[in-house]
Amino acid sequence: MSSSYLPVLILLGLSAVNAVGMVVASQILNPRRATSEKDMPYESGMVPLGDTRARFSVKFYMVAISFIIFDLEAIFLIPWAVEMRTLGWEGFAVMSIFLAVLVVGLVYEWKKGGLDWE
Amino acid sequence: MDELSSTAFVISSMIKVTAAFTLMMAVVAYMTLAERRVSAFIQDRLGPNRVGKFGLLQPVADGIKNIVKEETMPATANRRFFLLAPMLAIFPAVVVFAVIPFAAPLPTPWGVVDMIIADIPVGMLYVLAFSSLGVYGMFLAGWASNNKYAFLGGLRSSSQMISYEVALGLSLVPVFMLAGNVTLTEIVWQQQQLGFWYVLPLSLAFIFFVISAFAETNRLPFDLPEAESELVTGYHTEYSSMKFSMFMIAEYAHILTVSALMATLFLGGWSVPFWSGDHMFWYDGVLISGFNAAGEAMAAEPAVWKTLLTFAAFGVKTLFFVGVFIWVRWTLPRFRYDQVMHLGWKVLLPVSIAYVALLGATILLLDQMGVTGFAFGAILTLVSGAATLAFIFFMDRGRVMEGASVASSPRGPRGAIVPDTRGVRELRDPVPAALQVREDKSGSGPTVTH
Amino acid sequence: MTDILFFVFAAVAAGGAFGVVLQKNPVGSLLFMVATLGSVAGIFVLFEAHFLAAIQVMVYAGAIMVLFLFVIMLLNLGHDYRRDLTRGLGMILAFGVTGLMAGLLARQFRGAEEGLSLAHVPGPEAMDALLAEKGAIGALAIPLFTDYMLAFELTGILLLVALVGAIAIAKRRA
Repeated sequence: MSSSYLPVLILLGLSAVNAVGMVVASQILNPRRATSEKDMPYESGMVPLGDTRARFSVKFYMVAISFIIFDLEAIFLIPWAVEMRTLGWEGFAVMSIFLAVLVVGLVYEWKKGGLDWE
Repeated sequence: MDELSSTAFVISSMIKVTAAFTLMMAVVAYMTLAERRVSAFIQDRLGPNRVGKFGLLQPVADGIKNIVKEETMPATANRRFFLLAPMLAIFPAVVVFAVIPFAAPLPTPWGVVDMIIADIPVGMLYVLAFSSLGVYGMFLAGWASNNKYAFLGGLRSSSQMISYEVALGLSLVPVFMLAGNVTLTEIVWQQQQLGFWYVLPLSLAFIFFVISAFAETNRLPFDLPEAESELVTGYHTEYSSMKFSMFMIAEYAHILTVSALMATLFLGGWSVPFWSGDHMFWYDGVLISGFNAAGEAMAAEPAVWKTLLTFAAFGVKTLFFVGVFIWVRWTLPRFRYDQVMHLGWKVLLPVSIAYVALLGATILLLDQMGVTGFAFGAILTLVSGAATLAFIFFMDRGRVMEGASVASSPRGPRGAIVPDTRGVRELRDPVPAALQVREDKSGSGPTVTH
Repeated sequence: MTDILFFVFAAVAAGGAFGVVLQKNPVGSLLFMVATLGSVAGIFVLFEAHFLAAIQVMVYAGAIMVLFLFVIMLLNLGHDYRRDLTRGLGMILAFGVTGLMAGLLARQFRGAEEGLSLAHVPGPEAMDALLAEKGAIGALAIPLFTDYMLAFELTGILLLVALVGAIAIAKRRA
């Protein structure tokens, strides 16, 4: 079975060589005549102000955590979906309970404003 | 018809990988031209038409320009990650097409060659796995550039991509339910057997998939990561020459792959409509074309012309969606970021969970009643159609999606008229709230609020 | 071929793990971690655990590491965090965890010598037969939703707890 992955391995190798090759080629081929103005980060023609790598809002963290939870939910749904017709109503009941638990989580997050972006 | 020997398999794999990779790069190059020409057409301009006839050599000229143009890198950038980011962006984008079947199996003197690079058992999950890695290239590009526009662009793109990955995964669940497998070859085969393209019995899943795909590829109306009026070009603002084009190649390769996926999952893939001569599938080591009334497998007759014809069908379907991507770009206005998040988490997520439950119950009920064949597909089409109509009806009432315009006062959730002051406040602010940097009181550096 | 690939993946995984520890920049550590997780997925494929390999990349490399990235950005680890680990509690923790891992590894090796841990593991032929019969997903799906139903539902509760916890923390700060 794992022999069917051989073409994937070839493709991964080819893509990696392609990706590295393009960066190396641009490092070698493209001309560079750097001046201090050119080396400034672009900020619409202004001299950059302040630190770029600022701490960002906790909202992005909430998005990431919700993503993990609901991505896992989607991943658990996949094997069930594949075998749904074999598992029948028992499997459907099992999955319904699982989904209900996570919908409770979604409702809670919604009510607490975890999904708001204001 | 026989399967290939292992040597022939290795050789055919190498040929297929090289050919598909080259073809993909060529198509991507011409997609950039197509985008510029179609955009010009929509805007009543001419577009690039000087290099070669109809501008057909423009991609070549662009390629040469990428090599000879001067390249810059901000002195304050993190050099290592700045160089790594375009690699991480292009790598996942060009490997995901490996599991998409692009034509009917091809008979050769050495056996039947499958027209798919790798028919691996995890199929679609391979696509999901690699496309989930696309976040790193964008985030790293924005972060390493040490540019505020790029950083905000990288941040927006990564959190938008992960938000819609959930919706994308959930929109695939109904497809897996009907096909009973995750490999795309089997999904194509099941559509041939059912006699329905999944776009009909799974219409709402198709809509969700298209929405999520637009968000995943950062295309309008979801192009906030590179919103030119706010963020210059977003995460790749500081990139020039070849490295810039690597991000472009990644983006267009992503669009091409997603279009091919839409065609395969919902439009029957390479199968030619209303024709059963191209039904082919490996079943217990034999290439079959279907089952007769007695349930016996019937051998398929692969032919070179059938492979070519199905490849053409696949190309037409895929390029149709590529065209839709370009068309939509000049049709829809850009969302606001809170609207993007709202749509992903408060609309697509709960509605697709409900849709999965509805379809699951319907399929099990139909199985219990012994409904098969055309009636099965037709009933599912009706159920999904009703769900789709209900979805569009509720979306249209402005109940779920709020505040699309500044001037109008949309109806609140309970039908009461509430003035929407949010847009007005934004207009009054001299600095958009998205870019406000305020000092953190604890003294541990400024905080960017979004 | 399989053996060579195993050693390649294992070498990348181990090298990536060293990279995680030796990197000064937390973002660099994170990328090495992604490389390690990817190689482990490769090893899973060699063991015919196809679904697990895909999930490994999707969940660990594609989701949890993205969360880590966001956390790194959220904390903005500008200072040399290695100083944190060379003092008092950090030292105790570091050596404690290292010792624990070494102990587990030693136990694993002893078990393998006595042939204990491999006794009930189905061989590649059995796996091949199972996969051919039920497919890469079916082989896992049916036991998961029948025999291991309780564990599965508890996973749902676990996810709910994680979500509620995250909301509680984030909302208190905000």
